[in-house]
Amino acid sequence: MSKNWPLWEIFVRSKNGLEHRHFGSLHASDAEMALENARDVYTRRSEGVSIWVVESSNITASNPEHNGELFEPAQDKVYRHPTFYDLPDEVKHM
Amino acid sequence: MSNEQIKNLEEIFEARIARDEKIEPKDWMPEKYRKTHIRQMSQHAHSEIVGMLPEGNWITRAPSLRRKAALLAKVQDEAGHGLYLYSACETLGVSRDELYEQLHSGKAKYSSIFNYPTVTWADMGAIGWLVDGAAIINQVPLCNTSFGPYARAMVRVCKEESFHQRQGFEIMLKLCNGSQEQKDMAQDALNRWWWPSLMMLGPTDAESIHTEQSMKWKLKRKSNDDLRQQFIDQTVPQAELLGLTIPDPDLKWNEEKGVYDFGEINWDEFWQVVKGHGPCNKKRMKDRVNAWENGEWVRDAAMAYADKKEARKLKEAI
Repeated sequence: MSKNWPLWEIFVRSKNGLEHRHFGSLHASDAEMALENARDVYTRRSEGVSIWVVESSNITASNPEHNGELFEPAQDKVYRHPTFYDLPDEVKHM
Repeated sequence: MSNEQIKNLEEIFEARIARDEKIEPKDWMPEKYRKTHIRQMSQHAHSEIVGMLPEGNWITRAPSLRRKAALLAKVQDEAGHGLYLYSACETLGVSRDELYEQLHSGKAKYSSIFNYPTVTWADMGAIGWLVDGAAIINQVPLCNTSFGPYARAMVRVCKEESFHQRQGFEIMLKLCNGSQEQKDMAQDALNRWWWPSLMMLGPTDAESIHTEQSMKWKLKRKSNDDLRQQFIDQTVPQAELLGLTIPDPDLKWNEEKGVYDFGEINWDEFWQVVKGHGPCNKKRMKDRVNAWENGEWVRDAAMAYADKKEARKLKEAI
């Protein structure tokens, strides 16, 4: 029969106070096994205190070919940054 | 896409790499870049996986619990490194099964050094010291390679690898400070692993067909001969510290160049082993294929169990 184990993306929180970060991926038959394998593959040296696993097929990613229309509009909106505004040096605490 | 457009994209692509920008899996890339990366990353992954076999030979016979725990941890790391690299490779659209198939059918290569036998405990020392030492020299520059997933995997691999070399050197040191038999055993291991370790850094620059392109893509930052020289220069003093003799009568410090001169490498032997005629090529592949095939029912059972659980969950929801 041979059905391949699906791919899972692994996110690890290195310590409390930090966000979960993408560490890599692995194959497992279900979420529980993905967690157990992620522990062995990605946290052998105390790299984490919490693990999330997400089946890769559930992730929707943006297409780099559309990066122009997605991200470029932000570049000409410099007024979103504090340095855009001219203030005299005498103004303090701002 | 017209040829003109592709050429244009290629120029933009090469310029990005020249600026030290990273390439991510979904970015446009030349087909040759994709293929070269699949080849090199999978070869690297296969080497980690096959590399477990010669060491697995000694886990149950390690001389103490301390040595056994360390060797187990090292072999487990190698499994992990293989997995990091396989998944980095899969981001380029090749499946894990295809990669295994390439290894098992002999289409894909792995490092030829793992086709040598591990006949004494001292071989565990020599492998850690020399083979992992040479691997580190090869791998450190790859932490800066242009393909993001490969570079990230290599950062983790390199971080973990340094214990491998240290545990190997410690084994050698212990043997060299032991009885005459133990010292002889260490010397014998060095004699057998020295030349294959030099070969491991790849054919000479004149023979290396991929070097130029790989340099451009930062898949390689130093040539094979430069890496080999670096390995020799840093390893000779370590051998002296152990009180062992490097099995090369032509090895001599070159005052003028500030490097060691060394003897002729037997490249015929290297190519023989690469082509499948090394002492253990057949055994390694047989063990690997058996492990894969004998594990099939376990993989299938896990999948059947996952499907059953999923079905039960659905039924309960109705």
